[in-house]
Amino acid sequence: MGKKWLTYPYHIWMALFTVIPLALIVFFAFTSPTGEFTLTAMQRVVDPIYLGVFWHSIYLAGLSTILCFLIGYPMAMILVGTKLKYRSMLVLMIVIPMWMNFLLRTYAWMTLLERKGLINIILTSLHLPVVNILYTDYAVVLGMVYNFLPFMILPIYSVLMKMDKNLIEAAEDLGASRWQAFIKITFPLSLPGVYAGILMVFMPAVTTFVISRLLGGGQYTLIGNLIEEQFLAVGDWNFGSALSVFMLVLILLSLGFMSRYEKENEGGMFF
Amino acid sequence: MEKKVLIKMDHISKSFENNKILNDITLHVRKNEFLTLLGPSGCGKTTMLRILAGFEQAEQGSVFFADTDISLWPPYKRKINTVFQKYALFPHMNVFENIAFGLKIQKVHQKEITNRVMDMLALVNLSGFEHRSIDSLSGGQQQRIAIARALINEPEVLLLDEPLGALDLKLRREMQSELKKIQMRLGITFIYVTHDQEEALTMSDTIVVMNNGTIQQIGRPEDIYNEPKNAFVADFIGDSNILPGRMIADYRSFFAGHEFPCVDSGFSINEMVDIVVRPEDIQVVSTAQGMFTAVVQTVTFKGVYYEMAATMDDGYSWLIHSTKMAMPQTEIGLCIGPDEIHVMKQVQS
Repeated sequence: MGKKWLTYPYHIWMALFTVIPLALIVFFAFTSPTGEFTLTAMQRVVDPIYLGVFWHSIYLAGLSTILCFLIGYPMAMILVGTKLKYRSMLVLMIVIPMWMNFLLRTYAWMTLLERKGLINIILTSLHLPVVNILYTDYAVVLGMVYNFLPFMILPIYSVLMKMDKNLIEAAEDLGASRWQAFIKITFPLSLPGVYAGILMVFMPAVTTFVISRLLGGGQYTLIGNLIEEQFLAVGDWNFGSALSVFMLVLILLSLGFMSRYEKENEGGMFF
Repeated sequence: MEKKVLIKMDHISKSFENNKILNDITLHVRKNEFLTLLGPSGCGKTTMLRILAGFEQAEQGSVFFADTDISLWPPYKRKINTVFQKYALFPHMNVFENIAFGLKIQKVHQKEITNRVMDMLALVNLSGFEHRSIDSLSGGQQQRIAIARALINEPEVLLLDEPLGALDLKLRREMQSELKKIQMRLGITFIYVTHDQEEALTMSDTIVVMNNGTIQQIGRPEDIYNEPKNAFVADFIGDSNILPGRMIADYRSFFAGHEFPCVDSGFSINEMVDIVVRPEDIQVVSTAQGMFTAVVQTVTFKGVYYEMAATMDDGYSWLIHSTKMAMPQTEIGLCIGPDEIHVMKQVQS
């Protein structure tokens, strides 16, 4: 009881780095450059041009999340089915790229995808048509999937590892084929991991500005780029804050939607 | 009349990473039999069950079910269902959905599913629990649901892997008699795995005692208890006094420094044997009447009887269960009747 002061650093941390910045953003979103209350900035956000950018960001992030799920789930299952001594090796191979600089990895893709990049050199030498996907949606989605895939694999892997293997045996014992046991037992029980993975891929993907800048090219604008531009190039803090608040509300809404399943998430690992 | 053999395990061997778990097991299970695999942990009994269920495959030997070789059949094809040690109930389904699982897989008509699930709930005394979640049930209730879920597919054989291990003593006793009732009522074969010798003796028609991946003895509970085949079985089933001895001649044994008449014959002269005497088969008498005497070391009251440890001058010590009590440090006379002396060939080890 007498150790309440131990929590003070946490409170100070929260105040300095979460509450105050958040309050400032909300303040800027609803004020004019001269500091008077106004809805002008918020009204600009719902302009069709900007709504289009929101939609495009959500679409690409959603597509990347689906692709991450389609690749990540089978990979998590393969990991779980691998013998212990090879498994830690495989997990390491998934984690190691995350230790390398994010920018560096994305630049690497640029050089790979360039018109005269490594991939096209190989394709040409095999007399195959070259691919020109750099500075397109494909390159951006590729970059998102590549960068955020581990965040899909690891939570699913963690849930599948904790699952009682007897449950699958029980299902097979009761007459279910391998596939039926997967559909009726394994998959529903792994949903908390899937939800965690979706959140952890979708959130950074929808707000990224680095991937879209590098792989999408200079003119390419997602919501992350738009916000970055307002603060660093245009200098319109009020509009930048308004965009951020709108994004925040969207994220909170999707979180609220997800949290309906939160009680099933026994581990409560990620949110 | 002997009932017909339903399951034949024929020279089954299995090892994990060079560890021999099962070594040349041959076992016949009859229809409607309550057969118990009994042995210490790691003796291979659970592996045997898993081979029968189809979760593991034997390296050598075959499993026959009603004369069909099912060694390579997957679990879902076998008319065998399992009650798992930790129940393995599906946590995302309620009681009804858990029990109905097998029928839903078979695409049985919804109305029939409902009827049969209700019958099963009644069978395990949990009518009215169909909408409860698994988390809200006690260990004993979960156990009953696991049994109902396995029985609803109307298997010909039910495998039970230490199903009562997690329950407290009183509940375990209740479930023992309930399981036995269910087995008799449905008339199906139960293969039951346990390390609890009392449980095995209470419930089984046949007990298979196992150790180190081999079968030590197969028999009715009475036979296993009264006529253990070797020192391991004697030691594992109930308390016993096991002493080294030799056969002087037919019907004459020598152990603990004395000669005792016995009922065994057919050993060679002076063959070294193991002598097993149950503690309750030793009579406590006065020193004058005793075949030999010993000094009481400890006395423990056990309810129905006293448990006493007594040592002889030459160091042999005896465990005695008797309704008569003797004070510690007093000398008592002991008698062992010829019927109570079990002579066993020594196990080569």
